Amino acid sequence: MLKFKLKEVKSGPILHYPECLAAGWGMLSAAVTIGDARATRQPDPPPPRRRQCSLQACRVQFDEEFLETKEQLQKLQDGEHLLFQQVPMVEIDGMKLVQTRSILHYIAEKHQLFGKDLKERTLIDMYVEGTLDLLEMLIMHPFLKPEDQPKEVVHMAQKAIIRYFPVFEKVLRGHGQNFLVGNQLSLADVILLQTILALEEKIPNILSTFPFLQEYTVKLSNIPTIKRFLEPGSKKKPPPDDVYVRTVYNIFMS
Amino acid sequence: MSGKPVLHYFNIQGRMESIRWLLAAAGVEFEEKLIMCQEDLDKLKNDGLLMFHQVPMVEMDGMKMVQSRAILNYIATKYNLYGKDMKERLLIDMYTEGMADLFELSFKVILGPPEQRDATKSLIKDRAKNRFFPAFEKVLKSHGQGYLVGNKLSKADILLTELMYCVEEFDASLLTNFPLLQALKTRISNLPNVKKFLQPGSQRKPPMTEEKLEEARKVFKF
Repeated sequence: MLKFKLKEVKSGPILHYPECLAAGWGMLSAAVTIGDARATRQPDPPPPRRRQCSLQACRVQFDEEFLETKEQLQKLQDGEHLLFQQVPMVEIDGMKLVQTRSILHYIAEKHQLFGKDLKERTLIDMYVEGTLDLLEMLIMHPFLKPEDQPKEVVHMAQKAIIRYFPVFEKVLRGHGQNFLVGNQLSLADVILLQTILALEEKIPNILSTFPFLQEYTVKLSNIPTIKRFLEPGSKKKPPPDDVYVRTVYNIFMS
Repeated sequence: MSGKPVLHYFNIQGRMESIRWLLAAAGVEFEEKLIMCQEDLDKLKNDGLLMFHQVPMVEMDGMKMVQSRAILNYIATKYNLYGKDMKERLLIDMYTEGMADLFELSFKVILGPPEQRDATKSLIKDRAKNRFFPAFEKVLKSHGQGYLVGNKLSKADILLTELMYCVEEFDASLLTNFPLLQALKTRISNLPNVKKFLQPGSQRKPPMTEEKLEEARKVFKF
């Protein structure tokens, strides 16, 4: 059994999460793609079971503590490290952040990914919240009964094509810029890119009627930091599989 | 842009109620265009007023805002209910998101399958009593101040008060072991703007009942 060790890393954030859950919980992987360009610190040699790598889009060093057993979660809870007894939890700047949206907002604000004023911020918020509704369907999908899963893929595709993609296609067509808000990378772009890529894993031609979104996806994916994150061997987690579903059940339901 | 905010939603608490609470607590007068039938909703959609074809939608300061969190954050920022810096904002966000988990469960009671209603209600009571209320009581105890964050009224205090009223509908005894939460609830309820909002005749909406839900199902066919 893996012995869980909680450590403070003064140089950067620590993400506490089940490794395979992070595959499904794209929100957390979104959190690790955002930020600004910053000088990196030379990483220490990685201790066993801890991996260090850059937060690709923002070149922020971070560690991950993967939860694989119920006992690990219990230890975090008993040690009062989790405000509401839940993960994700990110240790950053001397604090233990919980609640995915709070974590995303904090990181976005810290790394100038939340617009330049209140109106831009609100627009980013609206786009992010809408996209998260769609992403949440993807996250929940592996936990549906196998016989319900194909029908749900159709449902997600419909929502994407009828409700969400037209909004963003129109925005991009309207201003002709490479980013959704304020002509610079924001949390809205990161979450949308992540959602598009996750959907494409299930429905490869999902963007076929959205030329602006296609170009947008290519351009964002080629931003050097994001490009590195999308390459094999990066911190990005693979799509969920049966092992992942079983591990989640073992940790949270047994 | 002058003029009061205009709230577009059904004549229920639902996902608009927190926004009503926040505006009321901030002393902001607002109008409501209540959606009473399917045609009302269709018109909003067909006129292109709903970004993701959904309500709540709030017309305010030249924007047609959607997504309740985005709306709440805008109002909180505008009326100085969001802390004084990033760290305070973070705390307010974390606490509010925890509350949102409980609010989501309360929506599930209404919108979920009838046969699961009792189980969901039990879960709400359990989560409130064993997970969320203890966390907030501990926060208040840790600093001994009258508000959750920064010794100043914020979105977190207002929404927690709303939440306490909400879960008391399921079980009036839930706050028994949380004296500091009770004190917060009293303190917020006595703020002049909130006091007014809590009185009959205000824009506050009553809790959902089985009868109202059945009526709504017929009108909106869901």
